[in-house]
Amino acid sequence: MPAPLQQAPLLQASQLYCERDERVLFARLDFTLHSGELVQVEGPNGAGKTTLMRSLTGLNQYFEGEVRWRGYSLAQDTTAFHAETLALGHHSGIKLPLTPTENLRWIAAARGISLHDLDARIAFSLDAVGLSGFEHQPAHTLSAGQKRRITLARLFLEPATLWVLDEPFSAIDKAGVAALEGLLGDHIQRGGAALVVTHHDLRLARPHHRLLLGQGRRGEWQWQEAVAA
Amino acid sequence: MTIKRASLPPLLEAASLPPLSQGFGALLRRDLLLASRQRSDLIYPVFFFFMVVSLFPLGIGPDGKLLAKTAPGILWIAALLSTLLATDSLFRQDYDDGTLEILLSSPQSSFVFVTAKVLAHWLVASLPLLLFAPLIAVMLHLDGRGIGILLASLALGTPILSLISAIGASLTVGLRRGSMLVALIALPLYVPVLIFAVGAVETATLGGSVAGHIGYLAAMLVLAVTLAPFAIAAGLAISVKA
Repeated sequence: MPAPLQQAPLLQASQLYCERDERVLFARLDFTLHSGELVQVEGPNGAGKTTLMRSLTGLNQYFEGEVRWRGYSLAQDTTAFHAETLALGHHSGIKLPLTPTENLRWIAAARGISLHDLDARIAFSLDAVGLSGFEHQPAHTLSAGQKRRITLARLFLEPATLWVLDEPFSAIDKAGVAALEGLLGDHIQRGGAALVVTHHDLRLARPHHRLLLGQGRRGEWQWQEAVAA
Repeated sequence: MTIKRASLPPLLEAASLPPLSQGFGALLRRDLLLASRQRSDLIYPVFFFFMVVSLFPLGIGPDGKLLAKTAPGILWIAALLSTLLATDSLFRQDYDDGTLEILLSSPQSSFVFVTAKVLAHWLVASLPLLLFAPLIAVMLHLDGRGIGILLASLALGTPILSLISAIGASLTVGLRRGSMLVALIALPLYVPVLIFAVGAVETATLGGSVAGHIGYLAAMLVLAVTLAPFAIAAGLAISVKA
């Protein structure tokens, strides 16, 4: 892993361009994300929000432009980026025949986090998302919101600098949404960074940025500043 | 019960990568655990193998000599079809539920993960064939030495088949109806394995030395284990990043 370049932003996207089925999703897209910043990505359905997230995390290779992590191009090395990034997409990787504990155990080990005291940390994470008492039930017996929370428990389990969350609030109850907003605030407060796709009006204790996609037929986009709630 | 604003883990642990065995063990354990919850994966390939083999005496008659002569070919073609059928959906569930996205965006190399997956799959789908093969071989009047060599050839050959069809499965996992394509990709590559494996068993029943045949199979296995995971990992990357 190369040493991080100091002063470089965490994530830097330059001149991103992507089209799907002859429709331009985004063009000449530039933005940077520093430690302590959060970008909310918004736009109508089909505007390319998920495609942008997948492009940034290396799960879509059909785009132009450059993405840098701590100054190093992701086209060359993704190891450091993947070690420091926690991406929760539409598909959770949750296996229904396995219990929440078993699911988190393999995900944590495959993500390469330390196995020291793992079971205790998994129990803590499941308790934090309100799944204590369900640790040893097969996931197919849980509700949609509870399955979603198994995925969200990874926020408490995996140390990561950058959170990339695609619709994290889906199927989560009101109190849960408020708690998640609090967590997002805590995460950027301590120097983390986050990219969040959501239609929900984020109420954060700190100002954040909004990236609006789908603002025109040629991949236009807007960058806005949102004030603290 | 709702989500708490509990303390988050530190931003980053010491930036040292975990040992490769961690990712390998995690996925191997998970897949074996899944198989133990979904026992059908264990049973279907064996039943398929058994049924295909038992069709031959019905088709070509109960002549013991003829059966013994054709037994190596019958057993191997049945094992080959069984492996092919079991492997074509090897990555299907992982593709649909997002497991592959987690694996491909892990700091660990996907070489490790695909090797673990294929090994788990071989243990679940092919190892039971090896346990039942002697029984079925007796049904086809194969002699003792032939059975011994049959087992050796299956032990060396079926992992090669699994690895080859996993390449096909990785390339077609993004397609809705890819199983016929997997067969078309994998079957031609099965030919060398079939030739040497059946050759070994036939030579054994005739009393000759099988060292050459077994040696070739072992060499092919080494080649497949070292090279196929690269192809499988690349195939998965193509399928997921589309």
